[in-house]
Amino acid sequence: MLAAIGVDSIDELFAQIPEDIRLDRPLDLEDGMSESEVYRLLAGLADTNLDAERIPSFLGAGMYDHYVPAIVEAIISRSEFLTPYTPYQPEVSQGGLQVMFEFQTAMSEITGLPVSNAGLYEGPSAAASAAYLAINQTKRTGLVASRGLHPHSRETLATHAVGFGANLTEVGLEGGLTSGEELEAAVTEETAAVFLQNPNFLGAVEDIAVLGEAVKAKGAMLIVQVDPMTLGILRPPGECGADIAFGEGQPLGNRLDFGGPSFGFFCAREEYLRKMPGRIAGETTDVDGRRGFVLALQTREQHIRREKATSNICTSQALNALAGMIHLAWLGKQGFVELGELMARRTAYARNLIGNLDGFELLHEAPVVREFAVRSERPVEDLLPLGDEADGPAPRLQVYPLGRDYPEYEDSFLVAITENRSVDEIGWLAHMLEHGQAGWGEHIHEHDHEGNPVAGAVR
Amino acid sequence: MTEPTLTETPQQADRATTIYEKSVPGRRAAQLPPLGKGVEETPIDQLIPAHLLRERPAELPETSEPEIIRHYNRLSRRNFDLDTGFYPLGSCTMKYNPRLNERVAALPGHAKLHPATDPSDAQGALQLMYLLQESLSEITGLPTVSLQPSAGSQGELAGLLLTRAYHADQGRNPTKVLTPDTAHGTNPASVTMAGYEVVKVATNEQGGVDVEDLKSKIDDDVACLMLTNPNTLGVFDENIAEMAAMVHDAGGLLYYDGANLNAIMGQSRPGDMGFDIVHMNLHKSFSQPHGGGGPGAGPIAVSERVEPFIPRPQVVRIEDEEGAFYDLDYDRPKSIGRLRGFQGNFGVFVRSLAYILSLGGDGLSEASQLAVLNANYLKKRLSEGRAGKYLPVAFDRHCMHEFVLSGAPMKKELGIKTLDLAKRLLDFGFHPPTVYFPLLVDEALMIEPVETEAKEHLDAFADAIEKILEEAENDPELAQNAPYTTPVRRLDEVGATRNPRIRQS
Repeated sequence: MLAAIGVDSIDELFAQIPEDIRLDRPLDLEDGMSESEVYRLLAGLADTNLDAERIPSFLGAGMYDHYVPAIVEAIISRSEFLTPYTPYQPEVSQGGLQVMFEFQTAMSEITGLPVSNAGLYEGPSAAASAAYLAINQTKRTGLVASRGLHPHSRETLATHAVGFGANLTEVGLEGGLTSGEELEAAVTEETAAVFLQNPNFLGAVEDIAVLGEAVKAKGAMLIVQVDPMTLGILRPPGECGADIAFGEGQPLGNRLDFGGPSFGFFCAREEYLRKMPGRIAGETTDVDGRRGFVLALQTREQHIRREKATSNICTSQALNALAGMIHLAWLGKQGFVELGELMARRTAYARNLIGNLDGFELLHEAPVVREFAVRSERPVEDLLPLGDEADGPAPRLQVYPLGRDYPEYEDSFLVAITENRSVDEIGWLAHMLEHGQAGWGEHIHEHDHEGNPVAGAVR
Repeated sequence: MTEPTLTETPQQADRATTIYEKSVPGRRAAQLPPLGKGVEETPIDQLIPAHLLRERPAELPETSEPEIIRHYNRLSRRNFDLDTGFYPLGSCTMKYNPRLNERVAALPGHAKLHPATDPSDAQGALQLMYLLQESLSEITGLPTVSLQPSAGSQGELAGLLLTRAYHADQGRNPTKVLTPDTAHGTNPASVTMAGYEVVKVATNEQGGVDVEDLKSKIDDDVACLMLTNPNTLGVFDENIAEMAAMVHDAGGLLYYDGANLNAIMGQSRPGDMGFDIVHMNLHKSFSQPHGGGGPGAGPIAVSERVEPFIPRPQVVRIEDEEGAFYDLDYDRPKSIGRLRGFQGNFGVFVRSLAYILSLGGDGLSEASQLAVLNANYLKKRLSEGRAGKYLPVAFDRHCMHEFVLSGAPMKKELGIKTLDLAKRLLDFGFHPPTVYFPLLVDEALMIEPVETEAKEHLDAFADAIEKILEEAENDPELAQNAPYTTPVRRLDEVGATRNPRIRQS
């Protein structure tokens, strides 16, 4: 090959790099390793993590330990889905493009909004994309967010607002729900958009339609972050007056993966179609009249419109959106509702059980679907380690302490329920919380509230 | 039923049908677990007020598990993929994706770890992220790495917001960002989203930045210069040190778009060239599968003066007498804040660290050498015969990992456009190169063969181009009407935008 090129060494090809900026030493990294060595090293690291297969996880805050059906992995690991890139050549990308079309239909259905893109990176950055659309649409620069909006979404909005030349103000919560009074006062003629979340970060189901009235009255856009898995039973944002609905797609078919990759979704009213961020697949025909799919409306996108694009997004999360679509197809029309109902009923059970333990009370009484907030008499940081500190470092109860994000709720934590959290596990959590509250030295009992022996903690 | 015909392939005869159209009322796949002992089957409207509930179920497919598997398997066969054939898509670095990486990413300790797990219960995950930060820092020659950005374009935006924070910290507010006219479209889009104005810089006759033009546009209103090096023409800009000094002297920063890092790993480092901020695409140089358009990750590496502003949280290693503890550091008062939720695309980090460990320092260096060797070999092959005549190389010199051909003579003399050539390549079983980019080359074809392709695939590709050009000399319509053998033939893209049908009705 060198002879064909007409050089004596590969080094000659690098001669175009000036000598003073050539690296004159080997990279200071370990030597390469065999496949089995890399496996063992990384498996060793993985083994030190307390994952949801080793301890019942009641962590939520936007990402949940749902059961991902086996067919998801079977399909997304096929080379034909795993290894191509963005469908720039539609004639050989019909598989991926049709998946996008099906995904767009599914997301449009569950959010009740007519237009969906093919996905974004994840939840909070989708908030920033929505803000960019709203600012360009309304030519206003005010952003208002409920404190019920995910703290990561609020912080992501604040980061991007600097670039957008926007300012962000927050509206407080009352009894777990966005304060209607504060919201009305915060929305002005300068407000581009108001961000709400349903259920909100504390798990409470908001009355989006009623809150939205104050938003609409000032001509601002109503943007709602939703948990897709609750939309089997909750009124969809499109029926509550939302202009845009977005959210974190992880609960749909994606692993926890310590936070990613997952996908974001973004749905809107028809009038925003040509201002949407991200890829959108559209149906069309080929020269012989066969049905086919292409990337539609590419003139919005960065590779065509450059500095005037509706977003800078290029590589997104296509494989993760496919996983979401397969999970939704597997749940199907009935299963999607049943899962919502199952979560609501088990959550009601867990909330009643834990809310009535000595030393605990509910942070709010608002209706919930799958996550609720509990206040503890004993400081949360003392409550969570499983056992006395004197016994050395202990694994922790997997619930979400609210203190970092909400100093005002420093004494509280969130409990999330999925179909993976059995009644036994809920009973175990209640028992451990009771222990933690009393102090590990106190004898509680060896049986749960129903007289069954309490299972061991960490598997 | 689809009847076989003599004029269509079986796949073409099998018309596209969506999962919704295969839906049959009452069919289902999922079986959910029972509620459990003691949990009451309370009517939902007694738990949540009726006016907050959905009135009718969402129209999702009603289908069985075997039908779902068959549907998506059949769909998958309507994709061309890297594991099946050569995929020289320029600037996308379509290198082989080792399956070991999938295996280690799927380990429960990684895949089932909740992102809000307390650091004390996630030491392995944080150590893994720390090791990747350290590795990328060495590869880029910059001291600090943030893994948070989700993809290259988010890394770009992060870099520009860092630029803004850096200047603001010095009481300055410059408004302009310089980018060459060869830049990826994400660059100018990110510049606007960061609230800056794009100022374009011209390209010189060697394919690098026109230094005189650059000089004339530098003033104290320049926030930064955004460069891809080697650039999208596959050319290493040898004036980089001089340009860096010019921009730094005027108070600006230097941003490196790492889309083309695959050319220079272990050969030259952006930090040593004078760059302050670099983003990397882990789905390009570091073997994360492209997934049909993601997921990826776009970590950024930064110089010391930019470090105070990086996104939070940052993975840090704290050492005391009991050993090392890995933590998430939120206490970064000058940080630009978050770009996304939680800690980033961790599953991508696992794969990329597995790749770096497998290759090691020498292996990465060799990967870049072979990428450049392959590109120069294929460029040489395509400078011969009809390709040499109809598809001249834009900026003919040794290239780095990719090169750009111009289809202008082909269009003029044979009457076939770059698009026609690309479509005909599909019939030959190749994925076409990137086409019509970069914009400054007429009828551009941007070819990146990557290091994991064997010589015979490069030869076969060159042979196919030669054959297509030979066909076109005799019958240009053959290419103009291509492709013929793909699941669908040329599609009406204009109609799909004019009259968008973007969901099942």
